[in-house]
Amino acid sequence: MTTRKTATYTGIPGWIYAVAAAGALLVVLPLAAMVARVNWANFIPLITSESSLTALGLSLRTSAASTVLCIVLGVPLALVLARGSFPGQRVLRSLVLLPLVLPPVVGGIALLYTFGRQGLLGRTLEVAGLQIAFSTTAVVLAQTFVALPFLVVSLEGALRIAGSRYESVAATLGAGPSTVLRRITLPLVLPGLASGAVLSFARSLGEFGATLTFAGSLQGVTRTLPLEIYLQRETDADAAVALSLVLVAVAIAVVALAYRGPRAGRPVRAESTTPASATGGAVQ
Amino acid sequence: MSTRTHVKTALASAALLVGLAGCAPASTPPAASAPAEATGRLSGTVTVFAAASLKASFTDLAAQFEAKNPGAKVMLSFAGSSDLAAQIAQGAPADVFASADTKNMAKLADARLLDGAAANFATNVLEIAVPPSNPASILSFADLAKPGVKVVLCASQVPCGAAADAVEQAAGVTLAPVSEESSVTDVLGKVTSGEADAGLVYVTDVKGAGEKVKGIAFPESSGAANTYPIAAVGSSRNKELARAFIALVTGADGQKILGEAGFGKP
Repeated sequence: MTTRKTATYTGIPGWIYAVAAAGALLVVLPLAAMVARVNWANFIPLITSESSLTALGLSLRTSAASTVLCIVLGVPLALVLARGSFPGQRVLRSLVLLPLVLPPVVGGIALLYTFGRQGLLGRTLEVAGLQIAFSTTAVVLAQTFVALPFLVVSLEGALRIAGSRYESVAATLGAGPSTVLRRITLPLVLPGLASGAVLSFARSLGEFGATLTFAGSLQGVTRTLPLEIYLQRETDADAAVALSLVLVAVAIAVVALAYRGPRAGRPVRAESTTPASATGGAVQ
Repeated sequence: MSTRTHVKTALASAALLVGLAGCAPASTPPAASAPAEATGRLSGTVTVFAAASLKASFTDLAAQFEAKNPGAKVMLSFAGSSDLAAQIAQGAPADVFASADTKNMAKLADARLLDGAAANFATNVLEIAVPPSNPASILSFADLAKPGVKVVLCASQVPCGAAADAVEQAAGVTLAPVSEESSVTDVLGKVTSGEADAGLVYVTDVKGAGEKVKGIAFPESSGAANTYPIAAVGSSRNKELARAFIALVTGADGQKILGEAGFGKP
């Protein structure tokens, strides 16, 4: 139905293009200005210095770990929010999405009072021999905190679009809920899950405020690439610009990947709706 | 070439000053002309870029300056000295720059962005800050190197970290910090929140934090005193006001307020 709508009406007033161009410039121009400031002669030595490589390695490792955590925790959350029905569901959704709009430093403070030494769980954890403050674990926690909503939003949207017709058919044919989840639901929303995971990874990679507030900054342990850029900027603007460009390149790659996800998923969805409605009608 | 332009700007500012002194009411900006007649003949807005560690004392000094010169208004911007220096180099509209180290002031002086020479107005030394309960029983600088003590320092790239490095060398003690922060306020934050057992901050930060931290002075700190210079910015459009503010900071009243905050004499 949506395809028919876009096919019949494509008229956009000319002035919209002008304003849209201004909007695009606002994003593109600063990036171009930064690229213009790159010291290309020293670019490779700057980004392959020991501290840069350590920071990049740490960023990639922690972002991968927090993406896995986001999937483990976010898939059930998205399922509960999209398919479940229980009191307080709307409130839960708003709360889970809160890190999207919260300044990261606020997240860092909140995490500090939860997992810090003097925090809500900190003392219990310390008794158990776990020290989170100033550790790589703290970085992963901070990244997961800010990145989780991205996965939940993407997946919940995919679940709603996919609908639950296949699932009801499978259930009427005798499949248990866990089998339906594993064999029907998850394969159907896999593209949505993939793009959500890629976005979470990107958000983790860019995490700065919560990490700085909660985890500290030590080379190889908690100083991720954004923190390294922030520190390099103090003394070596060239290094900061070069490392920023590395992050921009990674971000572009990630966004490209994330936008390929839904497009690849579209045929699956189109297939899923038509036969599903047919079968759904037959069952009813 | 550059000396000629320098002379030109000097002549231009001199001419401007003469003009200001000769016919003050005519040449002052119209926005500030209304209350200027009260007591102080100075009027207009002076924008002061000052190192973050000067926040409390410069806020007091600005209030004093405005009280003495009812026609004048002081706009304060506090940040790390290197941030401020970079902003001024990029054309930020500052009239006065007060840095927490001579290095960042030298950057602007080398780029010929200052009006006249910088004057040193204060010094600051490091002190150990610990949570009030002093959980790791820190008594001396050497105690910071005890195993298991969570020490937070500034990174070497920022002035407080460079000072910490110098103190480590002077004391012959090598510290293994759990974190190297980008600013002294972040170090203090890790101590006040109880995450760290100790941090190296300025003596003025310890005073400013009040009851939230305990300060432990140590003799090795004298080996790494930071000197604070202040100067008028060359592009200032209100140099008379800028000089008056600098005079207040370097004068008896300014030195009294800075001394109360824990700063040393230059």
